[in-house]
Amino acid sequence: MFALSPLELEAVRLSLKVSVWAVSVSLPLGIAVAWLLARRDFPGKSLFDAIIHLPLVVPPVVIGYLLLVLFGRKGAVGAWLYDTFGITVAFSWQGAAVAAAVMAFPLMVRAIRLSIEAIDTRLEQAARTLGAGPLDVFFTITLPLTGSGIVVGVILAFARALGEFGATITFVSAIPGETTTLPIALYGLTQVPGQENSAIRLVVLSVIIAFVAMFVSELIARRVRRRISGA
Amino acid sequence: MSITVDIRKSLGAFTIDIWFECNAGVIALFGRSGAGKTSIIQMLAGLVSPDNGRIVIDGDPVYDSSTNLDTPPNKRGIGYVFQDARLFPHMNVRRNLEYGTRRNSETSERNPVFDEVVDVLALAPLLTRAPQGLSGGERQRVAIGRALLSAPKLLLMDEPLASLDAERKWEILPFIESIHREFATPIIYVSHSSDEILQIADEMVLIVNGGVAAAGPVEEVMNRPNLLRAAGDSNVGSVIPVVVDRCDDEYGIAALSFPGGEFQVTAPALLPGDRVRIRVRARDVSLATKRPQDVSLLNVFEGTVVEISNTGQPQADVSVNVGGATVWSQITRKSLDDLAIRPGSTVYAMIKAVAIDRPAGSP
Repeated sequence: MFALSPLELEAVRLSLKVSVWAVSVSLPLGIAVAWLLARRDFPGKSLFDAIIHLPLVVPPVVIGYLLLVLFGRKGAVGAWLYDTFGITVAFSWQGAAVAAAVMAFPLMVRAIRLSIEAIDTRLEQAARTLGAGPLDVFFTITLPLTGSGIVVGVILAFARALGEFGATITFVSAIPGETTTLPIALYGLTQVPGQENSAIRLVVLSVIIAFVAMFVSELIARRVRRRISGA
Repeated sequence: MSITVDIRKSLGAFTIDIWFECNAGVIALFGRSGAGKTSIIQMLAGLVSPDNGRIVIDGDPVYDSSTNLDTPPNKRGIGYVFQDARLFPHMNVRRNLEYGTRRNSETSERNPVFDEVVDVLALAPLLTRAPQGLSGGERQRVAIGRALLSAPKLLLMDEPLASLDAERKWEILPFIESIHREFATPIIYVSHSSDEILQIADEMVLIVNGGVAAAGPVEEVMNRPNLLRAAGDSNVGSVIPVVVDRCDDEYGIAALSFPGGEFQVTAPALLPGDRVRIRVRARDVSLATKRPQDVSLLNVFEGTVVEISNTGQPQADVSVNVGGATVWSQITRKSLDDLAIRPGSTVYAMIKAVAIDRPAGSP
């Protein structure tokens, strides 16, 4: 009963792989964008902000389709990627990671931005007068004090990436062993009569993964909070 | 070492336009809140850019609008102790203290030694603690140590005692004095408390409405009541350097000699030979035209009236030359006329022993 079938194992492995890649690759960019939105004023800032938040408000299918248009073999970015590096993201697990990253990005940016905005900029001024340059201040003051926001952002983004379905299936379809993450495998099972049992097993699996992830992230969050409060 | 500040900056409707030059030591910027003191030292530190002008520290220009020079704060070598200590919450006291050391160790020729600073500021028991658990006074001491350990050419202090209660203030002041003594770091000390300045400053710059109203040695500037009143000080009077002559333990009274004679004050904690400054508030000085007999006053000095500044108010400031020292007296215009006191008149200045402010510390 508890032994996972090869198909289930693959779905779990793919889901984790796609989500971990999606979150870890987009995190540095997420921090940069959050900092830009929190600390800098520039022309077109509201438009930029709106574009970042787009995946939150439009149907995921729309994002999936836009990704397909952009990153497909004939798409503006996709063609360039293929011509220069020989990489194709459409219809591959990398594509699934891109879709998950784009969908999770606004949640990540939002959490980090709020936490950067909460930092007292006077602490950064104090660091400047102690001889630290702007980059030094960012890495020794701003970033450590953003810790809890980064943890929250990563958790939200990871959860969103694990559950990502609409943009993924539109962009990379359901290719067995390549893009059949948990939600997509589950959707596939529900489309075939007589697979209710397998479907239920995947549902239970998803819930267990979600619980474990929440538990681990809570542990990390607690540790970060303790460190920031300086104890 | 000398400091030249010549800057202009408009902040909305308010304009800062100042010029002053001063030499090493402890220099006080004195003025009301809102006079522009904090903005001035923020410009010195490079946290705010002036509109134009020049700032030269120890011969090195750090800001010069004519050559587009605006050295960033981290390259100025100027320490800054903020009114709110601004300790880094994610570091313990030791790491806060070391933050500046690591970043300035190669560039500076004289580095205060960590242990010495910890010793002078009595920080040893705090080293492993988090800033959140410290009292206001402890925090401020750590902030002072942190700034000092970045080996600054000049230390700016922005009302470091303003957020502390009176008792804590008198606890921290001696630490600030000892910094200057032990580490020979010049200090610009911003304050709106003339008591603090009297205790620690050598020179002072009077800031009124974003401009410099007066600058010079503390004894000179403090002896100009009209200026001080404009800067928001109600305790105006004379500041007189004295030497402790002897102490009478039976009565708890010390005799302090100055060129015009001897002050008798109630003075615990003074030792013969100490050089201190005392302040005699103008409103505590009465005048008589004949030597008074049988009075409880211990301090009666014969002197000559130099100047009467009559502001058109019911009271007037009278300056009396007592053997070369200036003693200001604030009396009513009515008394002035009744006693026919004029510049040149011989008068007796009378001060109660208990009314004299000693700068030695706690009340």
